[in-house]
Amino acid sequence: MPKDHGIGASPKRREDVRFLTGAGNYTDDINIYGQAYVHFLRSDVAHGKINSVDTSAAEGMPGVVRIFTGADFEGVGGLPCGWQVTDRHGEPMQEPAHPVLAQGKVRHVGDPIAAVVADTPEQARDAAEAIEVDIEELPAVVDMKAALQDGAPKVHDDLKNNLCYDWGFVEENKAAVEEAFGKAAHVTTLELVNNRLIANPMEPRVAVGDYSRATDESTLYTTSQNPHVIRLLMGAFVLGIPEHKLRVVAPDVGGGFGTKIFHYAEEAFCTFAARQLARPVKWTASRSEAFMSDAHGRDHVTKIELALDADNNFTALRTETYANMGAYLSTFAPSVPTWLHGTLMAGNYKTPLIYVNVKAVFTNTVPVDAYRGAGRPEATYQLERVIDKAARELGVDPVELRRQNFVTEFPYATPVAVEYDTGDYNATMDKLLEMIDREGFDARAEESKKRGKLRGLGVNCYIEACGIAPSNLVGQLGARAGLYESATVRVNATGSISVMTGSHSHGQGHETAFPQVIAEMLGIDESMVDIVHGDTANTPMGMGTYGSRSLAVGGSAMVRATEKIINKAKKIAAHLLEASEADIELKDGAFSVAGTDKSVAWGDVTLAAYVPHNYPLEEIEPGLEETAFYDPSNFTYPAGAYACEVELDPDTGRVTIERFAAADDFGNVVNPMIVTGQVHGGLAQGIGQALLEGAAYDENGQLLTGSYMDYAMPRAEDVPFFQVDHSCQTPCTHNPLGVKGCGEAGAIGSPPAVVNAVVDALQRAGKDVTHIDMPLSPSRVWAAMNG
Amino acid sequence: MYAFDFEKPGSIADAVAALKDEDAQALGGGQTLIPTLKQRLAMPSKLVSLTGISEMQGVCKADDGAVCIGGATPHAVVAAEAAGDYPALAELAAHIGDPAVRNRGTIGGSLANNDPAACYPAAALGSGATIVTNAREIAADDYFQGMFTTALDEGEIVTEVRFPVPEKAAYMKFEQPASRFALVGVFVAKYADGVRVAVTGASESGVFRWSEAEAALSSNFSAGALDGLSVPADGMISDLHGSGAYRAHLVAVMTRRAVDAAG
Repeated sequence: MPKDHGIGASPKRREDVRFLTGAGNYTDDINIYGQAYVHFLRSDVAHGKINSVDTSAAEGMPGVVRIFTGADFEGVGGLPCGWQVTDRHGEPMQEPAHPVLAQGKVRHVGDPIAAVVADTPEQARDAAEAIEVDIEELPAVVDMKAALQDGAPKVHDDLKNNLCYDWGFVEENKAAVEEAFGKAAHVTTLELVNNRLIANPMEPRVAVGDYSRATDESTLYTTSQNPHVIRLLMGAFVLGIPEHKLRVVAPDVGGGFGTKIFHYAEEAFCTFAARQLARPVKWTASRSEAFMSDAHGRDHVTKIELALDADNNFTALRTETYANMGAYLSTFAPSVPTWLHGTLMAGNYKTPLIYVNVKAVFTNTVPVDAYRGAGRPEATYQLERVIDKAARELGVDPVELRRQNFVTEFPYATPVAVEYDTGDYNATMDKLLEMIDREGFDARAEESKKRGKLRGLGVNCYIEACGIAPSNLVGQLGARAGLYESATVRVNATGSISVMTGSHSHGQGHETAFPQVIAEMLGIDESMVDIVHGDTANTPMGMGTYGSRSLAVGGSAMVRATEKIINKAKKIAAHLLEASEADIELKDGAFSVAGTDKSVAWGDVTLAAYVPHNYPLEEIEPGLEETAFYDPSNFTYPAGAYACEVELDPDTGRVTIERFAAADDFGNVVNPMIVTGQVHGGLAQGIGQALLEGAAYDENGQLLTGSYMDYAMPRAEDVPFFQVDHSCQTPCTHNPLGVKGCGEAGAIGSPPAVVNAVVDALQRAGKDVTHIDMPLSPSRVWAAMNG
Repeated sequence: MYAFDFEKPGSIADAVAALKDEDAQALGGGQTLIPTLKQRLAMPSKLVSLTGISEMQGVCKADDGAVCIGGATPHAVVAAEAAGDYPALAELAAHIGDPAVRNRGTIGGSLANNDPAACYPAAALGSGATIVTNAREIAADDYFQGMFTTALDEGEIVTEVRFPVPEKAAYMKFEQPASRFALVGVFVAKYADGVRVAVTGASESGVFRWSEAEAALSSNFSAGALDGLSVPADGMISDLHGSGAYRAHLVAVMTRRAVDAAG
């Protein structure tokens, strides 16, 4: 029988009441008396030398408060990069400056050149149109391989070339991998593109800067997944404002998907301008601006080779990837194709030798950074595609080839520097096969054929590293931040609880799931617990939400703080019960003396803590509030097996997804309904990547997909009713909840399933098609069939 | 958007008068014009809304049996009210855009704009419709003059569209994956005096009639009659969503499907 409260129950999401009734408080809902509005004048060319920016006519326009250009930011820091990658030769990556407003050159369509602050948004836009910009257009570099050729135009004139870094991992294994390939009985090679995506959260980015002359305090309201990180980066590296004079608030946020992790120029600008003008300054992105200024995702061009012995055991894996950084380094961009990608190349398999080479390249395009999955989808896609191709070349069952090579003993140290603590890949594969009725496929394919359609089945596995991350480890890998999480559990006098967390909820359901954990530990009702997040003024320093980390890391911090609460509360209870602390038990919201009927209720203990008339003041302090910081000792490793069944219209190339099943191992699950919802969302985005989405530039660096007229988002009709299961559970061994994280799995595991299924459909129909690059739009599928 | 004046006249005569101002622009449902204004890609001095003109609203049947649709009639009304007399037309209207588009967008607005990927031009050309304006009647064959180009003069208003009702008809649309406009849409209509086939979405010249298919279908109204027929890829739109060759291929596929659907 399912639980009705606490861990394992599925209460409905309490935050949805305000989200669904228009009562949310999003950044654009925040309006401060006297605020001015900023409009950014953005480059409409991909690459150019700024000869002059003449604002004189614009300054006289109605309502204009002030116009800023790059010159106004010359004494101000640029946007920092939070991760330094060291290349194959031990050299640090090339790290260009990233000014808040362009200085000297523009480097992508959308690069901000000037910012007009005016009394109304319309006046700001009118004045921006009156700015006279003289830009000498330069040849743009868009294609990564072309960008690395000698003589290619340089995105940054002060760098040696357009190569950010050439990373080898594990460099010491390179020769051994080559040797293994020399001895291989079979080698499968696949070249593929992991398509560039634009996250498109429903809520565009917004920033409101405010400044108090009375207290010299700055406040930034922003659409962020991690307000403390923004405060640290912007305060310390851009504007020089110490933390105690800078507050960052990320209120309700309407979806992040990674693209709201990063510190953006518009945030720094609004904070800076508010101080300069002593007036609140607000910016709300239009959807068009979002397309050209939100960090994009993915954009890898990869060659992967898999070596097998005569018994079809994987003996070595070698990959070469070109990873697009765009025009500047976004906050965590360098880490995505390296440490979040190379370390996952073992997948679910015991391949003994792996070598990953990544060349990160600057181009005249929007910066690229983490997007749901971040590096792990890129790793999973290429690995699961090449395994599928190998199975076809060898004439073996793709499921059996995978099973044969599964890691089955844990802990397992991969050859790419991580150690999987737990997992059971056969269990999720068994569950998947149970869900998909593989035996019935032929009958379904026959039925499709009668209607002139082709049917295909694709299966794959995935593994990801979540719960980012052990700070000491990522520090060695180049992270310029720690990646712990924090929680303060404040028990109020009457027993209600406020939990201040450094995690940030932007759709994940923290306000529902986190109280389930606290309530379970204390034996009280969930309605007594509220979650407070998103404001640096009232939450402890925490690193925010991304990388499926909030429950595994933030939840663990809550557990640690709650344990401290329980320890202290037991001392108070022992005093009230005149018993020994060692004999006090907490159960169902009451403290009792073991072996007796003496007990005291939770509320009596909490009241005593704040009204300490009868209280051991000589031993412990009054009050009941504890803080914990939790730094994980390892990543967590959610894993699973996915299957997709497609129908393909050979006349048009149109692919429809008929069935999709996901068998995930997330370790322990706190709220199964929320987990299912997270998987649904991830699957929709993964299917979007596989079939629909793809950002495209022309050779001049113009964004061809600058609106929903050309950038295809998945809609309800594009996805089937998903079969989702997370009953296979191998709890994480190193965090107190045994949880692994579920936010990104769907987006990581689904693209290869879709592509494998389409290739399967075509091959069953006798078409000699071994690969099609995503998105598998009708025209691409048709072209592949008729190529 | 830039500032503009706004008028909402109650009669065609008042609308024609209002449109005489320099840079005045007629506004139907605004499904193209309003986004264009929001992007500041147009700067009319005045918008003249046509949606308050009752004589331009609704669906009726003429004495000769033609289905007549007021120029300011939203797609959703056509979908509902033309379903009995001209089901293929109603079906086309029922699948334009999404519910918001269908409840705002008007037939006159669509035909005046003549987007090369819009659905209504295929129905009008495929039905040999008559586009009635405040000044004259224009045969569909004379009306469409290339992408976003029509026979309309400055300030001329589409007040009504008259569709002769065919014996059989169907519209088949293959949607562009992002915009869900027609990547290729084919309207096939069988009349006593012959078959008309109109193609939208595909050509750089906008909606066009596929005369070879019309001839073949006029003598034998079946998908098989189209065997071996194709349109050349030259002159077809080639973009991110499909090459000219792909669009040309889809024209044949969608035509066959439309013939099958027409029965």
